[in-house]
Amino acid sequence: MTLASIRSDYRLQVVLGLLVGICFGFLLQKGGVTDYNVIEGQLLLTDFTVLKVMLSAVMVGMVGFHLLKHFGYVRSHAAEGSWGANVIGGLIFGAGFALLGYCPGTVAGAVGTGALDALVGGMLGMLIGAGIFAELYPKLQKTILERVPFPAVTVPEFLHLNLWIVIVLMEACMLGFLLVLEYLGL
Amino acid sequence: MVILLELLTSATWSPYLAGAAIGILSCLAFLLSDRPIGCSTAFVKARGLIGKAVNARKVAAMDYYREIVPQADWALMIIPGVIIGAYISVLLSGQFHLIWVPSLWDQTFGSSPVLRVAVALAGGILLGFGARWAGGCTSGHGINGSIQLSLASMVTACCFFAGGIAVALLLFRVIGGA
Repeated sequence: MTLASIRSDYRLQVVLGLLVGICFGFLLQKGGVTDYNVIEGQLLLTDFTVLKVMLSAVMVGMVGFHLLKHFGYVRSHAAEGSWGANVIGGLIFGAGFALLGYCPGTVAGAVGTGALDALVGGMLGMLIGAGIFAELYPKLQKTILERVPFPAVTVPEFLHLNLWIVIVLMEACMLGFLLVLEYLGL
Repeated sequence: MVILLELLTSATWSPYLAGAAIGILSCLAFLLSDRPIGCSTAFVKARGLIGKAVNARKVAAMDYYREIVPQADWALMIIPGVIIGAYISVLLSGQFHLIWVPSLWDQTFGSSPVLRVAVALAGGILLGFGARWAGGCTSGHGINGSIQLSLASMVTACCFFAGGIAVALLLFRVIGGA
């Protein structure tokens, strides 16, 4: 079986999606980030578990992804963003993140641990919110979403630096940040 | 074997271990499915499927559902998968508890499930709306976009936390007075 045949097999991909989801949910729970107290604690800057999980995922994934890409096994999905879509959307998301105390993946994980506020409030709310966006999409697309595009698609393009130099710098920054957290006992 | 069994049944892991494993899982998803692991797309697809059951013609005519097709595919299956995965995890560690009001909320805003669910619902609406506006979530942009060194994803992730920290501090420190 080649990679292309695995990727184009619709039924296999449905099963893979479920399996990836199961592993992801398992790891989110083991990492502690399906817990409202942990996520809200991160936003209140009293508990840094969320950033520890995210940054270590990015540190490992960044090297793995770019090695796979170097040898031609994966391709980049990075797309051009804009102030209108990414900054405004990100801030709206942030407000919801704080009120709900879960994000779209961890809200599902929280449901698996028995959190009923995540099910009745969170998942239902997300379905409603996604539906409202779908209704407003044509108008938003014409007016706001493409406003003030970012000058580059990737960070190396933005900084005009070699890919691997950027990766080394990013890894060093993330490692440094995590070491500072540990040093401060956070 | 014993260590593996201990890992599977322990309540939590080091966040670094769980995070590193998520990084490997993300690479596997890129390799086998040519996709970033994202969670908010599934909510659009699920909403579209519900809409189709009520009024198929209306959903078929909407631009957004032409771009994100409502069907039971890889991206939709992530969410039931996450629920099952987290459930397996708490089942193994004996940590499954049905709760309406998380303890941190309870300490500041009391134990009323109605208030908690009302605020969670408002938060969920903003979260679903904002995630689609920004084109992804903490996982799609925050982890998998950052892995790809996407400038837009890293900016978006910073905005998730900037907005989140501001509103959380307002909610708990100003309104809640804690």
